[in-house]
Amino acid sequence: MKLITHNMLTSKCLKGVVTGYPLAISATNIKVTEVDFNPDFIVRIIPKIDWEVFWKAADSIGHSDGLPQTVESKLHDNNDFLKKVHRVLLEVEIDEGHLTCPESGRQFPITKGIPNMLLTEAENKFAMLLKSANDLYHEVFAPMPRQI
Amino acid sequence: MDTPYQNHIDKDEFNYVYEPAEDSFLLIDALEKEIDFLRKKNPLLCLEVGSGSGVVITAFAMAFPHCLCFCTDINHRACLMSQSTASHNKVFLECVNMNLVTCFVDKKFDVLIFNPPYVETESNDCLSNGIVASWAGGIKGREITDKLLDMVPKILTDDGIFYLLLIKENIPEEVKEIMLQKGFQANLVLERKVKNEHQIVIKFYR
Ligand SMILES: C[S@@+](CC[C@H](N)C(=O)[O-])C[C@H]1O[C@@H](n2cnc3c(N)ncnc32)[C@H](O)[C@@H]1O
Repeated sequence: MKLITHNMLTSKCLKGVVTGYPLAISATNIKVTEVDFNPDFIVRIIPKIDWEVFWKAADSIGHSDGLPQTVESKLHDNNDFLKKVHRVLLEVEIDEGHLTCPESGRQFPITKGIPNMLLTEAENKFAMLLKSANDLYHEVFAPMPRQI
Repeated sequence: MDTPYQNHIDKDEFNYVYEPAEDSFLLIDALEKEIDFLRKKNPLLCLEVGSGSGVVITAFAMAFPHCLCFCTDINHRACLMSQSTASHNKVFLECVNMNLVTCFVDKKFDVLIFNPPYVETESNDCLSNGIVASWAGGIKGREITDKLLDMVPKILTDDGIFYLLLIKENIPEEVKEIMLQKGFQANLVLERKVKNEHQIVIKFYR
């Protein structure tokens, strides 16, 4: 998992979790794989990422060196800056570790670079149960005239 | 569009992961037909849901080197295979083991691609995450597709495009109607009759 992906992942699929963002990263193995550098792409992607989340994530895995905490547009002409962003966003990879939901503490494992965001059978059943209860309420109880 | 190199895959893995078939190639051909339109759009981020072996998204990534590609699959072995197909073809691909797009934040993707499990079966409330999930579509073969349709408006950027493969049994007219309610126009991109299946690829846009 690259940090660009981390920047877009939430655990809001969990019942009761509201934003589930950002997920905390625990890395036991980090790799760096080379990716072609395309400065135009980096310039276009910067406004689409949550910079604060990106910076904190980079910092939490020890890769924030030389990365400014806030981004200014004048940096867009600075090739060293763009290369740095490129490296941390697209080349640094969490190969093994886990992500933690900021609200529930639920952990999602990352193995061979692939985060597993699937719910367990019990979590799925619970979600379905809640949905049935909710549907039942809306279909049966909510339309009933209120008794005083 | 070039067909990605796939000889690295151990054939036995196709007991667990959907093997590229006519539907996969129809989708690739449909994207190829869209190439000029998509080049003009210059998409930044593209997502394939249910990438299986990864042939479709890898072909896309090869044709659009300036677009970053992502994929999800509910089947863990499919995720591994997609990842290795991308790396054997030397393209960037980020893969997440996920149910549809349920763990992505809103409005990031410019292109969304889905070749769903479309075969009519009994209702499948309880999702499988093995090979059965690659074809079992539940009622009308649409249960998984319909769940994704509800998420499309939020997952796409405002001018994002969604490519969906369906068969006639899925009642494409109904799908178009559902998407129209959500503010999406539909165009038929490509269709093909294979054996006794009539497959079509539809493009949705706002
Ligand atoms: C018809 S196969 C297509 C595979 C590949 N895209 C292709 O065209 O060859 C459908 C894929 O969707 C995946 N899938 C099914 N249900 C899913 C879900 N709820 N979330 C994510 N992927 C799912 C299956 O595991 C399978 O890989």
